[in-house]
Amino acid sequence: METVEQIRDRLLARFPAAKITLVTNPGAAAEHSLLFDAASARELALFLRDDSALALDYCSNATGVDWPDKEITDVVKTTVPDPAGGAPKIIEQKSTRMQPGCLEAVYHLYSMAKKNGPVVIRLRTVNRTDQVTLPSLTPVWRSCDFQEREIFDLYGIIFEGHPDLRRLLMWDEFKDHPMRKDYVEPDDYEWEPTAHGTVLERAKAHQPAAPAKEAKP
Amino acid sequence: MSDAPSSPSAPAVGAGAPGYTPFPAAGNISDADREDLRRHGVLMTSFEELYNWGRSNSIWPLQFGLACCAIEMIAAATARFDIARFGAEIFRPSPRQADLMIVSGTVTKKMAPLVVRLWNQMPEPKYCIAMGACAISGGPFKQGYNVLKGIDRFIPVDIYIPGCPPRPEALLNGLIQLQQKIKGEKLTGPDAARFTRADKPSEFPIPDYGAHDLEPTKNTTVWSPPSPPAKV
Repeated sequence: METVEQIRDRLLARFPAAKITLVTNPGAAAEHSLLFDAASARELALFLRDDSALALDYCSNATGVDWPDKEITDVVKTTVPDPAGGAPKIIEQKSTRMQPGCLEAVYHLYSMAKKNGPVVIRLRTVNRTDQVTLPSLTPVWRSCDFQEREIFDLYGIIFEGHPDLRRLLMWDEFKDHPMRKDYVEPDDYEWEPTAHGTVLERAKAHQPAAPAKEAKP
Repeated sequence: MSDAPSSPSAPAVGAGAPGYTPFPAAGNISDADREDLRRHGVLMTSFEELYNWGRSNSIWPLQFGLACCAIEMIAAATARFDIARFGAEIFRPSPRQADLMIVSGTVTKKMAPLVVRLWNQMPEPKYCIAMGACAISGGPFKQGYNVLKGIDRFIPVDIYIPGCPPRPEALLNGLIQLQQKIKGEKLTGPDAARFTRADKPSEFPIPDYGAHDLEPTKNTTVWSPPSPPAKV
């Protein structure tokens, strides 16, 4: 099978307007993936499916990732020569910047015809709050139907062009997206016989306050 | 049936003798005497005993499973373990025909109202077995955002079977425990069984789906958190 770099180059040659980023995986598996821009994702996906060399005709897995806003500290080191002629001083300047978060949909593609795969593609939303729309790939791979509904349910990505975008696991009246990092689960910690860690902290709120210690005579 | 407290008449003879357990409805005849009579072809019993014997040996469970415990429940019904030996092999697909609800598996908050509704649809007398760690307390998924921390928050549970999942033998043992419980139930008197009493509810409120959790999150008439253990 072609490497992801080769696939990316072929895609860029075919669709010059598309923006494709190679997301490297530093782990031992080194399963690199391709990040598509949302505008051209549908035609890129159709090409991957219909290309005779790749024939990625099966989407085995679609899942979501929540990337929260992240504070990044940049350290800039500057060398200041000592006017007295000594060793130059190194001054560190720290600056923090916010890396905006996003929601991500990840698709694992295989080829039944060629018996190879996976090719991993990713799509990212603009942010986590109001611009959370991505093109649905269900029209390309039918097996994405329930999995995109699950991503919509648990992460809150709205898939444009999905034939039946409803909640899958949670009930319809549910108001949140439980797999997001900042989700706070409902407070039902009244009875935690073996609580520890964060559970213990939440369980303590339900326990009656300990009686004040009697002062020793 | 009436709840008027009937004054239990104290047995006059042999009450203090060791090993003597007065048979409640048969006056002062001891179990040993009854056994002796039975060997001579005289069966002495009471309606209560006959009634309880009959229904304890034909407990029809509701045919539904929620998670992996259901697989063990199915295994208990197969030839190797054979729940039919205890008269409970007829799994009814309708709650109207079922006597026993085996809550076998994780109860998600989405499923909980449906379980309570099925329980309400079952006719009395009805019994509930919480099978496995999840049905008892939420089990390994206790801290999950969508797992009910025990079905006893909404319906009364008669028998708890721990295990993850419990083996079929454990389910059979739980069933035997339930049979013994049924055989010991009174039909009249101040300590009559729950299903004979008008003041004990047979149906329980079905929780609604809220914005984040079930509403209410528990039925306080059935369940309230135990007081935490005293610190020494």
